[in-house]
Amino acid sequence: MPTVEFEGNTFNIDEDGFIDDFNNWSEAWVRHVKTTEGIEELTDEHWKVIKVLQDYYKKNGIAPMVRILSKVTGFKLKYIYELFPSGPGKGACKMAGLPKPTGCV
Amino acid sequence: MADTPKPDELAKIDHIPPLLKGWMDTPAEIKPGIYCYGSKPKDLNYVDMPNPRDWSPMDDDWKLPEDWEGIIHEGFKDRRDKFRTLKLFMDICVRCGACADKCHFFIGSGDPKNMPVLRAELIRSVYRKKFTTGGKLLGRLAGARELDEDVLKEWWYYLYQCTECRRCSLFCPYGIDTAEITIMGRELINLLGLNIDWIAAPVANCYRTGNHLGIQPHAYRDMIDFFVDEIEDVTGVRMEPSLNRKGAEILFITPSGDVFADPGTFTAMGYIMLFHYLESMGLDITWSTYASEGGNFGYFTSHEMAKRLNAKMYAEAERLGVKWILGGECGHMWRVLNQYMDTFNGPADFLEEPVSPITGTKFENAKTTKMTHIIEFTADLIRHNKLKLDPSRNDNLKVTYHDSCNPARGMGLLEEPRYVIKNVCNNFYEMPPSTIREQTFCCGSGAGLNAGENMELRMRGGFPRANAVEYVHKKYGVNMLSCICAIDRAVFPNLMEYWVPEVDVTGIHEMVANALVLEGEKERTTNLRGEPLPGMEDEEDV
Repeated sequence: MPTVEFEGNTFNIDEDGFIDDFNNWSEAWVRHVKTTEGIEELTDEHWKVIKVLQDYYKKNGIAPMVRILSKVTGFKLKYIYELFPSGPGKGACKMAGLPKPTGCV
Repeated sequence: MADTPKPDELAKIDHIPPLLKGWMDTPAEIKPGIYCYGSKPKDLNYVDMPNPRDWSPMDDDWKLPEDWEGIIHEGFKDRRDKFRTLKLFMDICVRCGACADKCHFFIGSGDPKNMPVLRAELIRSVYRKKFTTGGKLLGRLAGARELDEDVLKEWWYYLYQCTECRRCSLFCPYGIDTAEITIMGRELINLLGLNIDWIAAPVANCYRTGNHLGIQPHAYRDMIDFFVDEIEDVTGVRMEPSLNRKGAEILFITPSGDVFADPGTFTAMGYIMLFHYLESMGLDITWSTYASEGGNFGYFTSHEMAKRLNAKMYAEAERLGVKWILGGECGHMWRVLNQYMDTFNGPADFLEEPVSPITGTKFENAKTTKMTHIIEFTADLIRHNKLKLDPSRNDNLKVTYHDSCNPARGMGLLEEPRYVIKNVCNNFYEMPPSTIREQTFCCGSGAGLNAGENMELRMRGGFPRANAVEYVHKKYGVNMLSCICAIDRAVFPNLMEYWVPEVDVTGIHEMVANALVLEGEKERTTNLRGEPLPGMEDEEDV
């Protein structure tokens, strides 16, 4: 499994750069993903999305459907793409430490 | 993840076969954008599949078991003796090439090994060497070759470039089902742990939670509740779909993609609305959080795994005590249900032959499996004039229909979807005849190939379908591609965005629900997506 070093931390990641385990998530991980996702500055709105994703994941074991994410944060999908250029799945979930959804999606 | 080439670059496809070097002397070159990531050990471990380990297809060492050749040999022999089709399909091909240009992957890539005849020949050549006298004696002269690591890697690479769509089989004068060759090939290499992440992860999830996405019961409930709120916003009507209700007459099973990913979610809302509409007319139906997946990615690894994942359908039907099962808009699910379920996990003699409680129609096609396709169910309702529909609500749409491969070629569902579409919307246009019905072109991402890392392959494989969509888009202004498969709904948005960005994607029951006039509804100003209905564009609250 590939690893990445950042600010003195070592993270195990998969081929697409998702963290191997939600339990290994830390704020340093967020700063790391920020550099790879081309996000200039982390705002409260980024953190709001991350928090909603993580709360939902802790409760349900999966990421919320995009429409729920949009409803709970109050951000339209288009705006979520502005915050996370590679989208809610690949960008925001990665930053929040959630695994990739698979199946008919 | 590899960068996908731009459409104009990708559309330059070279179909001229190499002249100097034979295919046996051309080892597979595994390319980023075409191949899928290898399966992860945790997923294989979860379902006790062989040889779980960390590996990458880009490494030289695939960490095969020591006796891998022996395992394949025995596995091949077993299957040759067990499945008459395999022996037949290995023996009778005369390599006429009628299938060669029928495959969407060959059309879109120009890679000769994507001609179905040659993809099968990759395996057939080894079969000859192992099991035929001519092959044993004459070797290459008889088209036979030894199985070595390069050949094994070639198998893996090309077996995961076939979507088992069966279009090639339609044109084979012998009726050889190349999809079954792919299925057997994948079953063989799975004995060595040669799977892909995008298949192995859903399989493990499905075994654990009942669905590919790993949705647990409380989360499933949460999603259904979300839809109920959304429906109320649009229609003003509060609905109460049942989950896991014992004693219901009918169990409803649909792909989990429909409750999770857009635009399938709008189709899921469509089901809820249709069932609510029929409640007062006698429909007694429940969803299940356990049989919460129609699809079966196990079918993309081995028959055994398909059987294990399929078992929950009858088990849940029996537990709840229903009379029969209604199935949602899904593709490969119906191939498994229609052609395997009865012998996999049946006979379901505790169920009854499906009869519509609304019209009294007996669904003869579901006599053995006891499971009816919702499009047949809805077509029958419309035929008996049981639904009040206002197709003008879909007047913003110019719709075409993609025959999802398995319901079309695997069970002959050709007329019912068209009948429903024509009754719920006013503008319907067919794609050219050689790309629809039995001859439908695959979405290019079926059979578990709808991952993200193989996007170039998907855009190539989906090219013939997209090309036909572009044709009706330019000719008639088509702006909506409808389908009855959850993989279609998941992958077509990417494909359309890439090749025909003006066209959106929908399931049929989303359109049904938009047209459906509910009792006690408020004046509908938007469709299920929250977009203004035709003529309502100026309403304040949209």
